[in-house]
Amino acid sequence: METKDYLKDIQDIKQMMSKSSQFLSLSGLSGILAGIYALIGAYIANTILPSYNKLGGRLEQGALTLNEQEITIKLLLIAIAVIVLSIITGFVLSSSKAKKQGERLWNDSSKRLLINFGIPLNTGGIFALILLQKEYYGLIAPITLLFYGLGCVNASKHTFRDVRYLGLTLIVIGLFATYYTGYGLLFWALGFGVCHILYGSIMYFKYERN
Amino acid sequence: MKTIIQNINKAFDHRIRLGIMSVLMVNESADFNMLKELLGVTDGNLASHTKALEAENYIQIEKQFIGKKPNTRYIATQDGKKAFKDHIDALEKLISKS
Repeated sequence: METKDYLKDIQDIKQMMSKSSQFLSLSGLSGILAGIYALIGAYIANTILPSYNKLGGRLEQGALTLNEQEITIKLLLIAIAVIVLSIITGFVLSSSKAKKQGERLWNDSSKRLLINFGIPLNTGGIFALILLQKEYYGLIAPITLLFYGLGCVNASKHTFRDVRYLGLTLIVIGLFATYYTGYGLLFWALGFGVCHILYGSIMYFKYERN
Repeated sequence: MKTIIQNINKAFDHRIRLGIMSVLMVNESADFNMLKELLGVTDGNLASHTKALEAENYIQIEKQFIGKKPNTRYIATQDGKKAFKDHIDALEKLISKS
């Protein structure tokens, strides 16, 4: 009888420790969907890019820059659409998961999660925009992958361990993308698409399927 | 067996005090509202338990103003952390014995 109480004490301690320091309402399903959006985005981007390469001859300098600008804007719009959709999905699914678990979406651990994720992510975002403005296009895909990966590693202390492994995987892919420039879109699809789906599924099956 | 029982700390022999210490072990500090929400207790209840832990010198209470609102923060002291660790060790030993 008494030992059962002690066991319950230990369980309570463990539960309170993780509940107070980690955000456990992060939805794995939203990771899967974000990966699917990224793959669709990459597919659309791919249909724009080859036509650019075909037209990319040096016949008319003026027409080329106009074309380049147009394509850059289109790619940027696709990227923004993917990011916005992913954020909305993550927000909606995590808040419904939080509700199911009787938690609030906005608490100290979700705040810490967002801040620690946001610092590397925003640094990388601004870095990428500066590269874009200076026309160093080749490094944009690796930079976004690397900084997103660092953001995941940094934020992982405040949520599931799986986010740490997602981050480490993205860093490795980012480094490969830096070495093999010119395959940015492929690595981008692999990192943001396939990896999100993979780790999202792992999280979904580990914590949500019931 | 007797020595293990000695390490079972009376100060932590309550759901809420156990909860407060658990939170403060893994967080640098926690404020009143955070603890209230995590533990699901009333203001008065929480206040009396934090006072009890402070009397044992296991936690430190810091009062400050954030803007115009008063804010009370709780931090586990070195003594408190050590006492709580000993308590957990004793609990684990008792469980493995049975």
